[in-house]
Amino acid sequence: MKPKHLSLLVLTLLVVAAPFFFPSGFYYRIGALIFINAIAVTGLVILIGYAGQISLGHAGFAGIGAYACALAPEHLGLPPVAAILLGTALSAALAWLVGKPILRLHGYYLGVATLGLGILISMVLSNEAQWTGGPDGIAVPDLGLRGLLRDLGWRIGAGELWYGLAGTVMILGAWLALNLFDSPTGRALRALHGSEVAARTMGIDVARHKLHAFVVSAVYASVSGSLLALMNRLITPDVAGFMHSVQMVTMAVLGGVGSVLGAIFGATILTALPQLLTVFHQYEHMVLGLVMILVMIFLPDGLLPSLMKRLRGRDGE
Amino acid sequence: MADLLQFLMSGLTVGAVYALLALGFTIIFNASGVVNFAQGEFVMLGGMGTAFAIAAGLPVPLAALLAILGTAAVGVALNRLAIAPARGAPVVSLIIITIGAAIFLQGAAGLLFDKQIHRYPGFSGEAPLRLAGATLLPQSLWVMAGAALTFAALWLFFTRTLTGKAVLATANNPLAASLVGINTKAIMALSFGLSAAIGAVAGVLVTPITMTAYNTGVALALSGFAAAMLGGLGNPLGALAGGLLLGVLEALTAGYVSSQYKDAVSFILIILVLALMPQGLLGRKTTDRV
Repeated sequence: MKPKHLSLLVLTLLVVAAPFFFPSGFYYRIGALIFINAIAVTGLVILIGYAGQISLGHAGFAGIGAYACALAPEHLGLPPVAAILLGTALSAALAWLVGKPILRLHGYYLGVATLGLGILISMVLSNEAQWTGGPDGIAVPDLGLRGLLRDLGWRIGAGELWYGLAGTVMILGAWLALNLFDSPTGRALRALHGSEVAARTMGIDVARHKLHAFVVSAVYASVSGSLLALMNRLITPDVAGFMHSVQMVTMAVLGGVGSVLGAIFGATILTALPQLLTVFHQYEHMVLGLVMILVMIFLPDGLLPSLMKRLRGRDGE
Repeated sequence: MADLLQFLMSGLTVGAVYALLALGFTIIFNASGVVNFAQGEFVMLGGMGTAFAIAAGLPVPLAALLAILGTAAVGVALNRLAIAPARGAPVVSLIIITIGAAIFLQGAAGLLFDKQIHRYPGFSGEAPLRLAGATLLPQSLWVMAGAALTFAALWLFFTRTLTGKAVLATANNPLAASLVGINTKAIMALSFGLSAAIGAVAGVLVTPITMTAYNTGVALALSGFAAAMLGGLGNPLGALAGGLLLGVLEALTAGYVSSQYKDAVSFILIILVLALMPQGLLGRKTTDRV
């Protein structure tokens, strides 16, 4: 079996098996939240892990996806599913427009340019209160899936439904990202990650490939934002804020930005950690900051790849 | 006219703070190649430290000195514990480390001090001065004069003292600097301490005007970073120009366009500057060697 299929199998098994260990229905919600974060983080694996480009503003695209689901049904009369698509189209268009000039930048400069983009989006969302409800947020219409299932005679709790739905979308997203890895585009992205000059001499259109990775990762973030909005039925501009962007990048890098499974692992830890730390609510910030620093210093490849390396090293002995 | 003068005054006051923040970024960036996202926390620590020392009964100058020294120690510790062990790590890792440090310091300040908003009275009273139809808080003069003094002192330090020249040498080429006998590790610690102290000075001076709380650091860091980028990262004069320009533009936007979108100015400007002239306004052109 190829490693790609093994990864997908492990992921699917974990998603299916986890509910058997849930002590209460509350855990379905945490699970769904983990999957929704994992979708955005998978997009960042393509951008950061494959192509080696940083973004500190991807929450902005999540914000576009989320507010599309809040606003389009009311103002345009679209059903929520079409609103998700509208959000991804808007995010992709914006990523394409802005990505063209700013992806020429490197390192910190690219980080700051994307950071600025994300902050501008969140600023518009909190300032245009007559549309977006301002900092207090806005209600989001029901996806309607649960009603549909009930009419078909299948009664399912909201937590279970969102666990299944977000899990399915996450596995789909992981499948696409894993397929991309060995495709010509994925190879080109990894080549330009190693050296842009070398990639260019091999005939790779560096600018175009970077732009593609940026747009694709923006679509992942947008879908993640849409699902978050539809699940919570309420959305605030925080979804597009700087801290959310940082959270996404941290999840990806913490788990291991080079691998889809690793990044999803990172999303799991950082989503579950604050829920476990509610006991130590006061220390939440300090612990989060400390974890970020320590992992970057001692496990620079991320948690999962470092663990795997250690396990493999022991096997070899 | 009076309006314009008023906006310029408040813009220059805020701009002086941005310039100090940008200077702090510049010093650390030159010494270590790291963009320190925890820079805003130094300003917060300076302000909070002074507020609590004053509340504990200390006279203002002593309280300010204590806060500045304490923050400088935090800067040195940050370098020792989080930056130095990660030398040579990729940019993404360094960004996450300094953001992690910012979050840690924010949490620690919320715990050590409290989560309320704090201020203390201005150093020369609160009665506004009148100047050609515009009003000016005496504390604004303190901020501007403090920033000017800091820049002048640093200029003297970097051009007239052996230690200052050693810092410049390390910034230019760490390997060559260590070959001529400069202790680059000590220089790195000095740079972080200096940068933290400068941030704390800004916090001490501006808190009577803007107030402070445990979570004000991140927004400050972003504005200061914008100023540093605007002027050209790594250039102290660029930090001054970028800071003042950003402060004035924000004040003019707030006055004439929309106060809600004044914070947008820095980021629109940053994206424009980076897209059109990637080295910043005063930055030098660099070429990549392959």
